[in-house]
Amino acid sequence: MQAEKRETTMDRVSKGLARRYRRERWFRLFGLSAIVTSVCFIALLFVSIGANGWSAFQQTEVLLDIHFDKEQFDVDNLSTANYGALVKNSMQALFPDVTGRSDKRELNKLVSSGASYVLQKMVIKDTGIIGSTKKIWLPADDEVDMFLKGYISRDVAESARRLNDKQIGWIDQLVAEGRLEKKFNTIFFTAGDSREPELAGIRGAVAGSLFTLAVTLLLSFPIGVATAVYLEEFAPRNRWTDLVEVNINNLAAVPSIVFGLLGLAVFLNVFGMPRSAPLVGGLVLTLMTLPTIIIASRASLKSVPPSIREAALGVGASKMQAITHHILPLAMPGMMTGTIIGMAQALGETAPLLMIGMVAFIVDVPHGVTDPATVLPVQIYLWADSPERAFVERTSAAIMVLLGFLISMNAIAVFLRRKFERRW
Amino acid sequence: MWKKGLTLATASIILASAAVNVYAASGRDYISIVGSSTVYPFATTVAEQFGKTSKFKTPKIESTGSGGGMKLFCAGSDIDTPDITNASRRIKFSEYEKCQKNGVNEIVEVKIGYDGIVLANSKAAPQMTLSKKDIFFALAKEVPDPQGGEKLIANPYTTWKEVNPSLPDTKIEVLGPPPTSGTRDAFVELAMEGGCSKVDWIKALKETDKKYYKSVCHTVREDGAYVEAGENDNLIVQKLEANPKALGIFGFSFLDQNGDKIQGSVVEGELPTFENIAAGKYPVSRPLYFYVKKSHVGVVPGMTEFLGEFINDKAWGEEGYLSDKGLIPMPAEERKQFAADVVALKPLVMSK
Repeated sequence: MQAEKRETTMDRVSKGLARRYRRERWFRLFGLSAIVTSVCFIALLFVSIGANGWSAFQQTEVLLDIHFDKEQFDVDNLSTANYGALVKNSMQALFPDVTGRSDKRELNKLVSSGASYVLQKMVIKDTGIIGSTKKIWLPADDEVDMFLKGYISRDVAESARRLNDKQIGWIDQLVAEGRLEKKFNTIFFTAGDSREPELAGIRGAVAGSLFTLAVTLLLSFPIGVATAVYLEEFAPRNRWTDLVEVNINNLAAVPSIVFGLLGLAVFLNVFGMPRSAPLVGGLVLTLMTLPTIIIASRASLKSVPPSIREAALGVGASKMQAITHHILPLAMPGMMTGTIIGMAQALGETAPLLMIGMVAFIVDVPHGVTDPATVLPVQIYLWADSPERAFVERTSAAIMVLLGFLISMNAIAVFLRRKFERRW
Repeated sequence: MWKKGLTLATASIILASAAVNVYAASGRDYISIVGSSTVYPFATTVAEQFGKTSKFKTPKIESTGSGGGMKLFCAGSDIDTPDITNASRRIKFSEYEKCQKNGVNEIVEVKIGYDGIVLANSKAAPQMTLSKKDIFFALAKEVPDPQGGEKLIANPYTTWKEVNPSLPDTKIEVLGPPPTSGTRDAFVELAMEGGCSKVDWIKALKETDKKYYKSVCHTVREDGAYVEAGENDNLIVQKLEANPKALGIFGFSFLDQNGDKIQGSVVEGELPTFENIAAGKYPVSRPLYFYVKKSHVGVVPGMTEFLGEFINDKAWGEEGYLSDKGLIPMPAEERKQFAADVVALKPLVMSK
């Protein structure tokens, strides 16, 4: 063997160096590309929802001179008077040259059927306006709305659109007169569900979601924390507690529809609770979120250093005092984070609610936990399935509201953790 | 904290049970409706109108599917069972029997109108002209051997031209609902079976071996030419726009709403238009029903009035608000007869 051929350790290291650097770069690149891909998908989701949905926050309204004709009203017909006729008369006054039954019908279709309810509410609130003439912005029909927002093109053949050439002529005239404008869509935030897109709102679904989550929170937080404290601080380590622990972890992985079936069998059939009620929805979602909360709570109890526990016991605190005065306050931020994440999951759930009748058309905004109600994700599902074109943008708008709730809940969780978490 | 939590939990359980008791004592002050997702858009429109123009609460309508609705409806006659169930097909004898067994003895059947099932494609592609036979040969799992003889072979056709030389030379690609859907049931029964029975020897099977006949006519191919696109018809419409070569199967109201993007195919020489379906010329259309629990009429407030709203010509008539939503009205004569049955609350009698 000759001397120059002998390899030193350094030689061997530097030979492999380039390869090692290359592999390191690939490794980093792999991680980076994973993140970039997922960010791209999220951006795509947000952009497509935003692009579809932003226009739903505006609604076309039409300015009409409504004459509250004295003839139409008397003392006891304030809620049943022919408000539709008031709207029709004022449309007729705007277009005096439209005659013939079918033309008039086409003309009246430009105003939403909900316009008469707006007038009804005004009269019931203030009977003094009877006899006067007022300029009022009323919701336009969803077809008109879609046309003004550019979703219906005027270039396609007349038979292929739902607005005919005459109607488009009338719309152009109204726009020229400044009587047809896009305004902020307050109905979307103040009304319950409706089959008419221009009258449909998410208030009923939001209220239903809040009631359901309130029940879930009231039940799952105390039960979850109590379970975690018992298992972590009091329970002996034996086969039974192992079994309980395995089952809790299993429950966290059970598909949510199973909890719905359980709710149907137990809460509805055995206890006879009402269908479609946020109370039952909350109970079912409690079952679903409990494992999440228990697991998070146990983890945060475990992370409290044993020295604190021992110090408390050492100065003479009872076990309960040690837990309630020292351990729980320190573990609380972690428990709250787990709870909020569990709540956010519950907020987005539809499958278990299907079985207990919360996938339903409910117009009236619920006022309690036993009123029939639906929740936000269910509302999105129902709108996504509706034939009317204008529900497409409303679906996206409702998704934006739901995402808003989810993001703010997660932000609160992060904030709580940052603010109260103690590191040792 | 943990004491507080315990108190809260106890308080909420007590509150909840109190609320349930109040509910049970007061009965129900709104109408509860379940059933078909096809009837859902029409029933909800009537319900909303009813809620806004009457002194009663707006009925609650669940979209459970026809079969699921029947199951809930026939579960019993207690006040917490639904009052009305919607169906995109007629009640089956087995369901009727179950109803009878559970004490739901008197059911009033109401037909509300018709729904057309359309085959449509993007406006960017040429319009298709199909016969029921073409539909069967393009979509069945097994078809008669083109070599002749009374033998079935796995569907060999990959393009429309192979099925029928007058059709375009494009790949067979049909997006349609899954087997759980009522639309699929109706499509298979009306279009596929209709085409299947054009083959003489299969038609003869109907007399001799009905089960086999049904399985031949009702089985849709699973080799990728028929794509199950889920229950959401809006999704199918969007996919058709993106893929002009594909055909989609869905309810008429979706064609009606998207007439600027998609076109209906001619079936048996008829276009799926409102007029053609209403006149009974378009062959793939089915009746829609709802069923009323007679024992709840007069118990749940507003039942009679709600039925009255439904059978009013301003709702289900030719120019009614339901026709704006895409429901095909029944002829005046048929409407009159069903309206009379509803007013008299004539119970349905079925025999095997």
